[in-house]
Amino acid sequence: MRDVAIIGVGCTEFGELWDKSFRELFVEAGVSAIEDANVQGGKIDALYVGNMSGGRFIEQEHLGALIADYSGLASLHIPSTRVEAACASGGLALRQGIIAVASGYHDIVIAGGAEKMTDVGVETTTDALAAAADREWEGIMGATFPGLYAMIARLHMHKYGTTQEQLAAVAVKNHHNGTMNPKAQFQNEISVETVLNSVMVADPLRVFDCSPITDGASAVVLAPAEIAHKFTDTPIYVKASAQASGTISLHDRPDITTLDATVAAANWAYKMAKTTPKGIDFAEVHDCFTIAEICAIEDLGFVKKGEGGKATESGLTALGGKIPINPSGGLKACGHPVGATGVKQAVEITLQLRGEAGKRQIDGAEIGLTHNVGGSGGTAVVHIFGRDR
Amino acid sequence: MSVPRFWRRLKNLYNLIGTHCKKCGGFFYPPRNMCPKCRRNGVIVPFKFKGAGEVVTFTIVHSAAKDYAKLTPYILAIIKLDEGPRLTSQVICSHEDIHIGMKVKSAFRKLGEESDRGMIYYGTKFIPVES
Repeated sequence: MRDVAIIGVGCTEFGELWDKSFRELFVEAGVSAIEDANVQGGKIDALYVGNMSGGRFIEQEHLGALIADYSGLASLHIPSTRVEAACASGGLALRQGIIAVASGYHDIVIAGGAEKMTDVGVETTTDALAAAADREWEGIMGATFPGLYAMIARLHMHKYGTTQEQLAAVAVKNHHNGTMNPKAQFQNEISVETVLNSVMVADPLRVFDCSPITDGASAVVLAPAEIAHKFTDTPIYVKASAQASGTISLHDRPDITTLDATVAAANWAYKMAKTTPKGIDFAEVHDCFTIAEICAIEDLGFVKKGEGGKATESGLTALGGKIPINPSGGLKACGHPVGATGVKQAVEITLQLRGEAGKRQIDGAEIGLTHNVGGSGGTAVVHIFGRDR
Repeated sequence: MSVPRFWRRLKNLYNLIGTHCKKCGGFFYPPRNMCPKCRRNGVIVPFKFKGAGEVVTFTIVHSAAKDYAKLTPYILAIIKLDEGPRLTSQVICSHEDIHIGMKVKSAFRKLGEESDRGMIYYGTKFIPVES
C-alpha cells in the first residue's frame, strides 16, 4: 500500500443555485481542483463521483459517464464510477479514490461529490432523503430524517440531561463559523433564541436544528505521496481512511444515542494513523442535525458519552476552543448537498492544514479529522489528514 | 410504496408477524430471514408477537413526506416489544400523555392512502395500555 496525498481541492459555492445544473456544478468543482493541483486533464487516471439520489432529484442515473463526458474526458475513456451511501456518498467516493491510489492501480485520481436538490419540491426532497432509512420498516410508518434524529435527541435529553439550549448552541456556533466562509449557504449569525423560536419540524428539533437543502459540489485531486511534491508545495497527507457499517434502522441500534458505526470507523482510523482523539487538532463532523454533532463529538472520543451538549455550550468546540469542530460552518451553515458533503469536509481540512482558511483559520492546525454519516448511522466514514507524511 | 411491495408484507404489517430463531432464541420484528447471531446456522421460523411493549423514545412529526402530510402532527416512536425486538411505529394518543416508558399495545390502523381513489394502506400502530 502506498501513502496518498491530496494535491488539489475545489468547491462550488453552496446554496440554492437555481441557474446551475448538476453537471455544471461538478465540472466547476472538478476544474478548480485540477487547477489548484496544477495537473493536466490527460494525466487523470480515474474519477469517482459521490451522489446520493440523482435518480430522485434530477431523474438522472449513470452519473459516472455523464460527469466524465461533461468534464471533457469521454475521448480519453478513463473509468468514472458513481458511489452511493446516502449522505456519506462523498466520504465513500473519497475513500474509493484513496484506495485506488494506495493500491497502485491508479496514480492521479479525482474524487468528488455533487448533489442538486432544489430542482424538486421540498416534499419530494424529504421523501428522497427518507430513502436513506429503511423504507419498508421506518419510512412506511411515517419516519422522516428529522423524525429519526429527533428520537435520538429525545433519548439523549432523557438519559444525559441534554437541553434544547445545548442543541441550539451547536447551530449558533456553526452559523458563526459560516460567517467567515465565503462558500457557505448561510453567512449570518444567529442566537439561541433564533433557534428556540423557530418552527418545529420534529419535536424537539426545530428548523434551525436542521441542515438545509443545498445544491453544491466539491472535489479533490489525489496522488501517490512520493510524487505529490511535483505538483504542490503543500500536499496534505491521508493518515487514515476508515469506513464502518451499522444497522440501517435506528430501532435496531444497540444504543439509540450512539452511532456505533462512527465508533468503529473512528477506532480503526485512530489505529491506522497511530493516534488518539487527543492527537486531533480539529474536525469536520456530520452535523445534519444539532444532536448529530453532539453524538459525533462523543462517538469520536473528543468528550465522554453524554457530555457533548455541555461541552458545546462551554465553547470547547468553538474556533478558539480546545477542539474546534466544523470550522467551515458544518452541514448546518455551510450547507448539505448530500453527495458533496463528505468531500467538502476534506476540502476544508486541506485549506486549514495549508493555512489558507482565511478568517476562520485555526492557528497551528496539523492533524484534522473528517466524519461523514449515511442515514441515521448505517454508514460512517472517518478520515484523518496531516500536514506531515 | 408499490402495491406488490406492500402486499408481500401484509401478514407482517397487519398481524405483527415477525420471525424467531429456534437456535439462539432471538426474536425479530421487522422479520429477518438471516439470524444476525447464528447467521447460516440459525433456524428461522415465523412468530406472532403479542403486541405489548413500551415507548423507548418518540417525536412529534410536524413536517412529513407527501403521503403522510395529512396526518401531521403525529407521534412517531420506537417501541420495544415485550419479546425483545424494537420497531418504529406511530402511537395514537394525546401529545401531552406520550412519554418514554409508556406502556402500549398494538392496534390495526390505517397507515395512509395514495389518493382519494387509490390504495389504502393499513398496518400496526400502537395505543396506550389503559391503567
